[in-house]
Amino acid sequence: MAARGAFDEIWGHGGPDSPRAEFAALSRWLAETDAAELQRRQQSAEAAFRQLGITFAVYGDSDAAERIIPFDIVPRVFLAGEWARLSEGLVQRVEAINAFLEDIYGARRILREGVIPPELIYLNAQFRAEVDGVRPPHGVWAHICGIDLVRTGPDQFYVLEDNARTPSGVSYMLENREAMIRLCPELFRDFRVAPVDSYPDMLLKTMQSVAPGGNPRPVCVVLTPGHFNSAYYEHSFLADSMGVELVEAADLVVDDDVVWMQTIAGRVKVDVIYRRIDDDFLDPLVFRPDSMLGVPGIMAAYRAGNVAILNAPGNGIADDKAIYSYMPEIVRFYSGGEARLPNVETWRCREPDALNYVLANLPELVVKLVDGSGGYGMLVGPTATRAEIAAFRAALVAEPHRYIAQPTLALSTVPTLAEQGLAPRHVDFRPFVLTGSDGVRVAPGGLTRVALREGSLVVNSSQGGGTKDSFVLLDDGA
Amino acid sequence: MRIAIEHRTTYRFSEPQARIVQMLRLTPCDTQDQTVVSWLVGVDRDARLRDTGDGFGNMVTMLYAEGPIEALDITVTGEVLTSEASGVVRGALEPLPPLFYLRGTARTEASDALFVFAADSAGTADDTLERLHAFNAALHRRFPCVPDLPDAGCTASRAFETGGKVSSRDVAQMFIAGARGLMVPARYASGYRAEDAARSAPHAWAEAHVEGLGWVGFDPSTGLSPDESYVRVAIGLDASGAAATGGMRIGHGQEQLAVDLHVDRLGGEE
Repeated sequence: MAARGAFDEIWGHGGPDSPRAEFAALSRWLAETDAAELQRRQQSAEAAFRQLGITFAVYGDSDAAERIIPFDIVPRVFLAGEWARLSEGLVQRVEAINAFLEDIYGARRILREGVIPPELIYLNAQFRAEVDGVRPPHGVWAHICGIDLVRTGPDQFYVLEDNARTPSGVSYMLENREAMIRLCPELFRDFRVAPVDSYPDMLLKTMQSVAPGGNPRPVCVVLTPGHFNSAYYEHSFLADSMGVELVEAADLVVDDDVVWMQTIAGRVKVDVIYRRIDDDFLDPLVFRPDSMLGVPGIMAAYRAGNVAILNAPGNGIADDKAIYSYMPEIVRFYSGGEARLPNVETWRCREPDALNYVLANLPELVVKLVDGSGGYGMLVGPTATRAEIAAFRAALVAEPHRYIAQPTLALSTVPTLAEQGLAPRHVDFRPFVLTGSDGVRVAPGGLTRVALREGSLVVNSSQGGGTKDSFVLLDDGA
Repeated sequence: MRIAIEHRTTYRFSEPQARIVQMLRLTPCDTQDQTVVSWLVGVDRDARLRDTGDGFGNMVTMLYAEGPIEALDITVTGEVLTSEASGVVRGALEPLPPLFYLRGTARTEASDALFVFAADSAGTADDTLERLHAFNAALHRRFPCVPDLPDAGCTASRAFETGGKVSSRDVAQMFIAGARGLMVPARYASGYRAEDAARSAPHAWAEAHVEGLGWVGFDPSTGLSPDESYVRVAIGLDASGAAATGGMRIGHGQEQLAVDLHVDRLGGEE
């Protein structure tokens, strides 16, 4: 699908010669900075990322060495007013996610009132009976959320998916910013950009705020599956920048329903764990018994209220793609008002009418597996071959309940450095929203992913996507 | 019926273990037809025991022990008073709705052969209870002699197709897989059954949810529903979810597990 007709966040609909009025100054910077110079700066940033080891491995690509995610030097910019409106929607959504989790593992009012079909919860593997009836410390479930958004106009944002388990990518927000400050200092002189470097501090305060029993000096740790994990860099980066220990399962023991960290100086009681391992691998006594990554007994400590686990076990039911389509109803149910951030229109293929519509319109739609992620198990109708469409048609007919479908939106673009100079490329956005016992905060930035191939809508890093810095301005013009 | 239970689980290790964490589902709950008169979980060494739950309504005890541990004895002694209820479970704590128990697990997916067997033997009666009894009886005819053996980790479908050393655990899982295949919520139950002989593992059976009646027990080892000689201890989606003991140890070497179980009836109703 060509970028023609899409809203460009800097150039508007008119191209480089008639940018949006608010972006006149930034547009001038783009026009006046030599492309070769931008190229040089970009390469310098990528060299730095390689040196830092901000790499990832592509799943299913056995001979791939660790790669860096390509970085684009042209920032994506939000005006202060745009950001304020977006933030309101994000806070509302994350509050609803927390309320939903509290309810679904508690009173289940939303099921009693018939808002969501109960089989969608009870027959969903993401509903974890093992935490049913357990309330996490301070009643916070989704401490760190990454809400994936797409945009089609100045204030037209749509939620593509919610990530309420272990969203990654925040290290790119921080490292991209550091690179931009070094390589394009003039931008930070000319524009007032909200700083993002307080994120580790925000995260630590969030962790401390949910310590069991209101301990004022809780021991916090980051739990990683280990260095072979594709996001290991981020785990170590966050632990390091918060000044807390990075631990693996073997460093933790549970005794008498209390979690302890084994250190050279002896055992230290652990109050708060930011875990970057999936529920399945958290506790071999409760979840997968074959897991070597987990901490036996950790769920008993959690159940006893002796440790906070971020994000709470069982959260997968809130960001499940089958539940996603009910998010507008969920937000309305808990907030009492309409969702400020709409969903992308979604057809639930489990419903016969929706399935018929989807089968009749496959070439125009994006079809996704309910339980897939990272762009796998996905059909992008407009760019798919006839064989791919035929294969998806068969899969849909066989197991319709496993799929949802959405229209292909005219995703916004941002000028991006391509081989022939600056050109519009489609982007999405993942802001990070933190919830502690003292409220919800939106980090003033996020992860902008850009589809580097002309016309492509797939921004996943495993499939040719790159990243950009995301500026949140303190003014309404750049 | 007054039933006395003595259930001893002994672990022996070829090398001393540094730590052991165990999750025990060894304590029955009161229901309308089952009253726990006395119950004691004991360990033969210095260990910390903590009571907790598991989300399914089971009573769970966490056991934490520090090494060096060469052997570990977990002993349960208790007395339970039961009354006859034709297999219907009344007054049990039910945190999850029946719908949840339509959910499959890796160990209780019905293969084509098992599903066909369930559908054929259940017949076409309108009455769900009748169909489940027919399926239960047919399973018993197919596997007439099933001892209580330690859980070998087998799936229902594999046990059904290969036959061989089928235990009460396996036929219970077959019943569950078949019942769910027939769209009847079903779950695994583990506990004790008063019988004359000593045995080397707890007993296992199944429960299915019948509209209008609630949860009803079906024991494919007998082809009947549980009666007052049964003590119900734990339920789960499959055998793993209701395991009496399970844990992790830190240490090298091999582990030997022995279970010594006596379930005696002390007399009739009082």
